[in-house]
Amino acid sequence: MLTRLILDHLWIIPLLPLLGSAINGLLGGKWPKTIVNWVALGATGLSFASALEAVREFLGPNAQALVHNHYFNWISAGKFTAGFDLQLDQLTVVMLLVVTGVGFLIHIYSTGYMAHEGGYYRFFSYLNLFMFFMLILVLAANYVLLFVGWEGVGLCSYLLIGFYFLKKSASDAGKKAFIVNRIGDFGFMLGMFLLFRTFGTLDFKGVFDAAASSPWANVQEPWGQFGTFTIACLLLFMGATGKSAQLPLYVWLPDAMEGPTPVSALIHAATMVTAGVYVVARSHSLFAHSETALVVVAVIGCATAFFAATIGLVQTDIKRVLAYSTVSQLGYMFLACGVGAFSAGIFHLMTHAFFKALLFLAAGSVIHAMGGEQDMRHMGGLSKKIKYTYWTMLIATLAIAGIPPLAGFFSKDSILLSAFQKEGGHPLYAIGLLTALLTSFYMFRLIFLTFHGKQRYDEHHVHVHESPWSMLGPLVILAVLSIIGGWLAAPALWGGPDYFTSFLAPIFGSPEAAGAVSEAAAHQLEIILAVVAVVSALIGLAVAFWLYLRQPGKPEQIAKSLQPVYNTLLNKYYVDEFYAAVVIKPLMWLSTEVLWKIVDVAGIDGTVNGIATGAKDIGDVVRHTQSGNTRSYAVWVVIGALVIIAVIFFWPASGPAIGMVR
Amino acid sequence: MVPTSYYLILSAVLFGLGVVAFVFKRNVITIFMSIELMLNAVNLAFVAFSQARHQSDGQVFVLFVIVVAAAEAAVGLGIIILTARNRQSLNVERVDLLKL
Repeated sequence: MLTRLILDHLWIIPLLPLLGSAINGLLGGKWPKTIVNWVALGATGLSFASALEAVREFLGPNAQALVHNHYFNWISAGKFTAGFDLQLDQLTVVMLLVVTGVGFLIHIYSTGYMAHEGGYYRFFSYLNLFMFFMLILVLAANYVLLFVGWEGVGLCSYLLIGFYFLKKSASDAGKKAFIVNRIGDFGFMLGMFLLFRTFGTLDFKGVFDAAASSPWANVQEPWGQFGTFTIACLLLFMGATGKSAQLPLYVWLPDAMEGPTPVSALIHAATMVTAGVYVVARSHSLFAHSETALVVVAVIGCATAFFAATIGLVQTDIKRVLAYSTVSQLGYMFLACGVGAFSAGIFHLMTHAFFKALLFLAAGSVIHAMGGEQDMRHMGGLSKKIKYTYWTMLIATLAIAGIPPLAGFFSKDSILLSAFQKEGGHPLYAIGLLTALLTSFYMFRLIFLTFHGKQRYDEHHVHVHESPWSMLGPLVILAVLSIIGGWLAAPALWGGPDYFTSFLAPIFGSPEAAGAVSEAAAHQLEIILAVVAVVSALIGLAVAFWLYLRQPGKPEQIAKSLQPVYNTLLNKYYVDEFYAAVVIKPLMWLSTEVLWKIVDVAGIDGTVNGIATGAKDIGDVVRHTQSGNTRSYAVWVVIGALVIIAVIFFWPASGPAIGMVR
Repeated sequence: MVPTSYYLILSAVLFGLGVVAFVFKRNVITIFMSIELMLNAVNLAFVAFSQARHQSDGQVFVLFVIVVAAAEAAVGLGIIILTARNRQSLNVERVDLLKL
């Protein structure tokens, strides 16, 4: 019965965090931390509980396909209506559980991590607000409401990145994230407008139904057909590249590491950045009509995955390595979507949420232990001192590197398999595999630099201590999830039923459409690819082990001998500098020299001031008529009378018009 | 019978004298009197037209003008008396506070 109640009133799930945010934000300033904790955790926990309760509807044998509730009309103008409609289907269920579940764990963690920080209530208010917007995003039943959540998480991201707003770099990073996201949102909005123009609605169901029955629906040219679908999909994808930090709009994500670590874990790894993947997956029936758009998605995803992984190789800040790794993994998800394996993409989204949240939280625990130090060059040998953190982080690293049987192995493997099976997807597969090797290398580099080898910090200054259980608890839970999370979608080959794919089948359709290859051959291929993937991961591990533990001086030698390459990577391919030169500088010049000095000062101010000065000047001249001398007034009266008489007499048409003189 | 044009010429001359006096005289009382002169010049024209066209409108209007002139005289003289008390002078040149 409770399930029914929640399904009928889906708004409860997002409303709870909103209430928590409002209460903490408005009243929390004067409350002790315990009460703030209770409010924030209570709101998120209850939201998670209701999500769990609602999800039960989808698990039974007579599982429902879609819950769609219309609550009220939000915008109504002419033909356009956008309702406050929430919907729940299998895709949303996955997102809902990830957002509320991982979000709840990170809330718990934050109570420990933020315990000694100022603005405690503000932090939790923002976190809850973020949960609210993210839930709106995943529960929305039309693009407009989705966009509300979309912008909302962008706002919260800005607020939380700039949480330490007294620090210049933090507030700059917040602004950067916000502005870069705006560029993507611009595309997203154009995409929405185009969809509305084409289909006359923005409801998911309406758009997808109209798309399926539109006259162009069956036109499928591999590389051509720059039609409405392609443009609409590319515009939506542009929004996704902004939010999900893909080339060329990924630049904000690494800088977002200025925020507190739980924020990095929640927003910039587990939930918000996956919104782009979610939108692409949600619009899969649009993308399915445009081969071109899919190819673009796949290529961008693949390129981003590789590009970010190479930068991750040389970064020394522990959180930055993870940030680039996030960008890289998001690239994998888009690669999956691009080759049509939406369910694999969403699966990777879920497992990535587990192990990347874990990685960030563990990194936060390391930073906590080191008293704020983030540079891996000043760590080393921590494995004995912070055992729990070490083991959980090691599990997450194994998971992300794709070592079986951890979560990352299954999800990454299914993506690579889909890329391989895709027609013309072999280059994508090759790059994906190489990226997997790089991933394994830089993650183990992180582990070895941080936890193994010689101690490279001053024991007298740094008092290394294990974090409290409020922080370790979430780590352990996430570690368990990182281990078992992948088993949900163990391919048939590994003896497990593929729960995940069949769960999502109502949305994405059955994956076994390509039945051309025989079962046995497909299995053989899967085994071969899996072995290749594991071997490449192990190579990455081995190289990292050899370079950073066996030959500690070696990395520097290599860096020296490959100085240009190393510097390029260290400086992130100079992309920020490139953007600064190509976009920011010209914009600044345009703003300063043209918009400010010419348009604003000369044009707008000039007009306004000119009118005022003109009135004043005229007044200066005219005021002399007001001499105060009565006789001069008399003269004026006489002159006026004479003028009127003259007009009456000599103006051709005026005589009859005035009607006096005849 | 005196032609209408004679009356009108006389009226115009009187009016013109009034205007000249109004503009050039400095004594407030004289200015005031010149206004009365102009009013009565107009009255004369009204009456002349009224008689020439055999209509009574002009005469009615004259009565109005006389009433207005009387009222004006009352108010105007009141103002003149007050100004004269304040400034000990009837010279309009010295009444020039109404300026910027």
